[in-house]
Amino acid sequence: MPHREVWTLAEAGEGKLRQVSFELLSRGRKLADKLETQLCSVLLTGSMSDEDLEQLIKRGADKVYVVESPALENFTVETHSNVLLDLIKQYKPEIFIAAATTTGRTLMPHVSIRANTGLTADCTGLEIEDGTGNLLQTRPAIGGNILATIKTPEHRPQMATVRPRSTRPAPIDENNAGRIIRVEFKNNLEDKRVRRIGFRKNEDQGIDIQSADVVVSGGKGLKKKENFALIRDLADRLEGVVGASRDAVDRGWISYPHQVGLSGKTVTPKLYFAVGISGAIQHLAGMKTADTIVAINSDPEAQIFKVADFGIVGDLFEVLPSLNEKLEEVRSR
Amino acid sequence: MNIIIPVKQVPETSNVKMDEKTGTMIRDGVESIINPLDLYAIETGIQLKEKFGGLVTVISMGPPAAERAVKEAMAMGCDGGIVLTGKEFAGSDTWATSYALSEAIRKIGTWDLILCGERATDGDTGQVGPGIASFLDISLATYVSSVEDIDNGLMVVERLVEGGYEKLQMELPALLTVVKEISYPRLPTLRGKQKARVTEVPRWSVDSAGIDKNRIGLNGSPTRVVKIETPKVARGGKIFAAKDEESLGRAVDELVDFLVMKELI
Ligand SMILES: Cc1cc2nc3c(=O)[nH]c(=O)nc-3n(C[C@H](O)[C@H](O)[C@H](O)COP(=O)(O)OP(=O)(O)OC[C@H]3O[C@@H](n4cnc5c(N)ncnc54)[C@H](O)[C@@H]3O)c2cc1C
Ligand SMILES: Nc1ncnc2c1ncn2[C@@H]1O[C@H](COP(=O)(O)O)[C@@H](O)[C@H]1O
Repeated sequence: MPHREVWTLAEAGEGKLRQVSFELLSRGRKLADKLETQLCSVLLTGSMSDEDLEQLIKRGADKVYVVESPALENFTVETHSNVLLDLIKQYKPEIFIAAATTTGRTLMPHVSIRANTGLTADCTGLEIEDGTGNLLQTRPAIGGNILATIKTPEHRPQMATVRPRSTRPAPIDENNAGRIIRVEFKNNLEDKRVRRIGFRKNEDQGIDIQSADVVVSGGKGLKKKENFALIRDLADRLEGVVGASRDAVDRGWISYPHQVGLSGKTVTPKLYFAVGISGAIQHLAGMKTADTIVAINSDPEAQIFKVADFGIVGDLFEVLPSLNEKLEEVRSR
Repeated sequence: MNIIIPVKQVPETSNVKMDEKTGTMIRDGVESIINPLDLYAIETGIQLKEKFGGLVTVISMGPPAAERAVKEAMAMGCDGGIVLTGKEFAGSDTWATSYALSEAIRKIGTWDLILCGERATDGDTGQVGPGIASFLDISLATYVSSVEDIDNGLMVVERLVEGGYEKLQMELPALLTVVKEISYPRLPTLRGKQKARVTEVPRWSVDSAGIDKNRIGLNGSPTRVVKIETPKVARGGKIFAAKDEESLGRAVDELVDFLVMKELI
């Protein structure tokens, strides 16, 4: 059997499909159409009903491969990797993409080694090359200074992780039809060396900065910890979450999960606010693919203005209160 | 408790310059440093050694100059190191790098734990840690933010995932990739520096590490870089100055209009 299908790895949490699963279908649809092949979503999970799985079909999957087992309820890389490898050997996909989440970025490298194939991390662009049909995988590297295009000419499947929120989720089409294929979990694939024994939510507000539509970040310009209240206030008004530069994190003004940039998180929100942030290349690496960027900085020469769609050169301690007031006004209208 | 730490030498990218024409990095005059995210792995390794005893060995694959990174780690308190070097390694992608490092680590012999950085700041893939674990078939936890306990061949760690922290219990031997939250890297000590200066760092080659030449370098790498370009950074947005009350009011009004127009509020 030749390698053919385009696969996307669906993710679920607390029994529900995650948004990234639909974003991947949006990417996958284009690739499958160009290759004139089927688009398939793969889900490893504790359990999920046909009804819930239908969502993947409505969003474009021609087939959904599901493996259910209590052993797959929580993500442990060893067991998940065994199961995926088994599926890959059986069905031989041509392309296999996953989200660049903590799960995707752990599982995919583990699998690609054993599948003896290449993997490109954190891609922002995927295309099919004319003529060869190879997957062209584009990703930022060296702190976002370059865009590298990578391919896997001879090994299959061609594997990539894709930056979350770098595409819109595939739209729902009630008329889409597809098949759900339940593949039996083989007990010998369970690896018990690693067990999940607990989970605690990040008590900090605005924890998951990578899936927020709006991120309001503060930097050293805020001068002290207490002033982050201004950032929180603005974030609340915009229904967004709080981000930060490394300088703000290093000073202990806010915790590490909020850090945006090269050594923090990469975010791609609809709206990114940078307040009192200079725009060092390492910070830009984490946010410059945002749809819209607004910068507030007292230094007209600050790098951040280069990437801004809208900038205010001014003192943040004057601009933010005034902005918050104005937003309040607009809202009450 | 013997610990192995793979560390990578990377260009100091805080003021990296790009050649506009070729789209490549201008390496002249760019200093090489230890991958900053590897410092957290080194610190964690030293702390575990202080608590449980044992030896911490660093290994770096790269040009002979990668010895500097190894010595820096030793100056912080690691016991020894190895440089894996040779022209055959050049052009290795993450698959080939993981293979080469895993073979060298096998060769080192007895160890319980491997600690990697979350990712290297140049390649920025974070794939080599999981790759090594996959080759060696040992337990893996990525994005580890704390090591809570090690007892009787079992360790308990927390990992930072979307929305919170997951607690795992895992059998040794294991590989962890660690995030910044796990520790605060110490500075090299004078004694450490002296020790690093006089200690010989062995160089391992393809042959001495027992590595299959066909599985490393460009030929052993499944992926190929086919194009490199420099993305355009500037967006050329509207910039307003807020110097006094009047201009401040105008700037803020414009901003709110802009957000309304973009349907962001
Ligand atoms: C390997 C490496 C990795 C790194 N990773 C990251 C990373 O992940 N994320 C990250 O952010 N950084 C990272 N950095 C650090 C980065 O180089 C910068 O040092 C950092 O981003 C600067 O943070 P900042 O913009 O808050 O501070 P600064 O550069 O000090 O900027 C503060 C800004 O606030 C402005 N300001 C001051 N007062 C006011 C006021 N009253 N009103 C308005 N504006 C004001 C100033 O004009 C200035 O532009 C990394 C560095 C290295 C070497
Ligand atoms: N050439 C190398 N030599 C030693 N360790 C490496 C090398 N490349 C990567 N690593 C390790 O793997 C981690 C992830 O690197 P990367 O997958 O390249 O982002 C690094 O933080 C190092 O711990």
